[in-house]
Amino acid sequence: MVPLAHILALSVILFGLGAAGFVIRRNIITVFMCIELMLNAVNLAFIGFSRYLGNLDGQIFVFFVIVVAAAEAAVGLAIIIAVYRNRGSLSIDDLDSMKL
Amino acid sequence: MEVLLLLILLPPLAGAVLNGIFGRRFPQAVVSAVACTTAGLSLLFALLTAWTFAHLPTEPAPYVHSYFTWIEAGAFRADFALYYDRLTLVMTVTVTLVSFLIHLYSRGYMEREGGYYRFFAYLNLFLFMMLTLVTAANYPLMFVGWEGVGLCSYLLIGFYFPRQSASDAGKKAFVVTRIGDVGFTLGVILLFWTFGSVDFQYVFTRLEALAPGYLQGSLTAVGILLFLGAVGKSAQLPLYVWLPDAMEGPTPVSALIHAATMVTAGVYMVARSHALYAHAPLALEIVAITGCVTAFFAATIALAQNDLKRLLAYSTISQLGYMFVGCGVGLFSAGIFHLMTHAFFKSLLFLAAGSVMHALSGELDLRKMGGLRHRMKTTWLTFLVATLAISGVPGLSGFFSKDAILAGAREGPLGDPRLYWLATLTAGLTAFYMFRALFMAFHGPSRVEPAQEPHVHESGGKMTHPLLALAFLSAVAGYVSLPKALRGGEWFHHYLQPVFASSEALLSSTAAPAAAHAPGGLAVMGTSVLFAGAGFLLAYLGYVKFTGLPSRLAEYFRGTYQLLVNKYYVDEVYDWLFVRPVRRGSEVFLWRIADDAAIDGLLVNGSAQATVGAGNLLRRIQSGNLRSYATWVLLGAVLWLGYILLR
Repeated sequence: MVPLAHILALSVILFGLGAAGFVIRRNIITVFMCIELMLNAVNLAFIGFSRYLGNLDGQIFVFFVIVVAAAEAAVGLAIIIAVYRNRGSLSIDDLDSMKL
Repeated sequence: MEVLLLLILLPPLAGAVLNGIFGRRFPQAVVSAVACTTAGLSLLFALLTAWTFAHLPTEPAPYVHSYFTWIEAGAFRADFALYYDRLTLVMTVTVTLVSFLIHLYSRGYMEREGGYYRFFAYLNLFLFMMLTLVTAANYPLMFVGWEGVGLCSYLLIGFYFPRQSASDAGKKAFVVTRIGDVGFTLGVILLFWTFGSVDFQYVFTRLEALAPGYLQGSLTAVGILLFLGAVGKSAQLPLYVWLPDAMEGPTPVSALIHAATMVTAGVYMVARSHALYAHAPLALEIVAITGCVTAFFAATIALAQNDLKRLLAYSTISQLGYMFVGCGVGLFSAGIFHLMTHAFFKSLLFLAAGSVMHALSGELDLRKMGGLRHRMKTTWLTFLVATLAISGVPGLSGFFSKDAILAGAREGPLGDPRLYWLATLTAGLTAFYMFRALFMAFHGPSRVEPAQEPHVHESGGKMTHPLLALAFLSAVAGYVSLPKALRGGEWFHHYLQPVFASSEALLSSTAAPAAAHAPGGLAVMGTSVLFAGAGFLLAYLGYVKFTGLPSRLAEYFRGTYQLLVNKYYVDEVYDWLFVRPVRRGSEVFLWRIADDAAIDGLLVNGSAQATVGAGNLLRRIQSGNLRSYATWVLLGAVLWLGYILLR
């Protein structure tokens, strides 16, 4: 059996990659994928704890997260397409019309 | 009785309200009819009340009736209650009588002045407030009247408010008397603290039962504080400066408020509080000394005044000083007696001066009068009667009342030879300056400006009839109290005895016995007549016989003369000592620093600027850059996590 520490370590690495990508990358789609990566890192931590504690609650939670993430992906991609049509750009730095 | 008592007060109030609200639309005749009728009704009810009071089966020490509770807060309680005893009787009758005559006079005097209805509304309101003052049964209610008359005085001094000097004079009167009122208020508070009540009857009963010497400290303090109020109201040293300036008001106002009634409120208040002062001989001595010094001081200023009304104003201050001497030596009835006679002859002097002003289109400078005796016979005659009365010529009212005070200063419970001699000397000065005014205005060759000459005329009946009535009163009012020395019964003195007897007895028992070698009544009388005669003679010599003499004397004693003409520079000293520092303090500190810098700058604009500044700083966070937001979120999460882990 894989020890909890290993699973958590992988989760932290994935989350770190996602967070770093979110901050560093400019392409909206990449940023979007980084968010998915962070979500899945959290899912991994949930499952690790669920197995470690012998409790199914964590796995149920993961299903919810996957469902919500799917919905979010659908809406998010739609928004991205709308933004691209509107602006002709996918760079996140161009989307700053809200600032003063 | 209680209805009658209230009825003395109500007509003037009704008149004030009626004229104040609707007077603008009334013709002059209606306005003056309303005002004079209400004043007349007040006089009628005052007389009726006096009659009823005298015919009560048993005379109550004071008759007190509470109409409703006015203020009630914890132990403090003040009713709208009226107090009627023989002192109140004298005051209400004097006030309403003089006031009624002056209302009548004003009909003629104010005919061609603007604001006719406003004048009469104020005058009626004044009468109401004055009557409240003299009939109140507790100190707070008395204070209402006290401040009420002050307000009316302010309004009427500033009656010609478009003139800068008039509105300034009104302000001055208001502010200066307020200094005294602080003392009055503190005195009342201290009294409440001492006795737990501000009700006359309760306090005075307690005081009469009090063994002499007890509570001396508190009572002396109360006495001095209350007297401070009287100093402001009755224009004594050092707060007298507002009264001469108050002459900016219409002349009937000077006669009614600034000679006959309001300024005597302080004397009335001291006499009313006699039970208190009986237990505070030190406070009484202060009253007497202040009065005496003021009497002398104001009389010397009056010697060199050329403005007729101002001269009369200083004379009023001086005579008020006499009244305080009367009260201060423990002969309260003498003070009240002089108050009454003074009300008659001084208002007569003012009204006659008003008549002169009327004839000369407002001219008040004595140097531009002269020879008016032939063309203004009635005015001259009445002015002469009043001058004789105030100078203390035997047979007229002022002689008897002044003599009562002088005798009191010599032989009264707290009498003192120094007070007596200074007061007698003042009597001589009084005769001099009054005859000087008389001679300069009515005798000798005319010095009226040529342009005015053809217009000089006697005033109409509306004005001369009240003059005649007052002249009659000035002449005979003294006979209510013929002194013992002239085989008189001192009826007035005995009449007020039930009110003052206990206090006078207490004072006589505690004070050191008056000098045994005091001259008898006749000697006092003779001396005062001698001094008055000397004053008259000097005035006659200087202003009728050798008219060049005064100016040469003035040249010779230049310094003294300048000092007198400039009223000892008291106004200038006050200006330099109080007005300017306060002004500077207000301008530099209160305005520039406290208001502009601290309140406006720091608090009002400061808080706004702090918000704007904070907003400017916080705005930078809202860069619109998504990744920087994410960085902040991440940073926050890491810091939070770090905090939890390392806690």
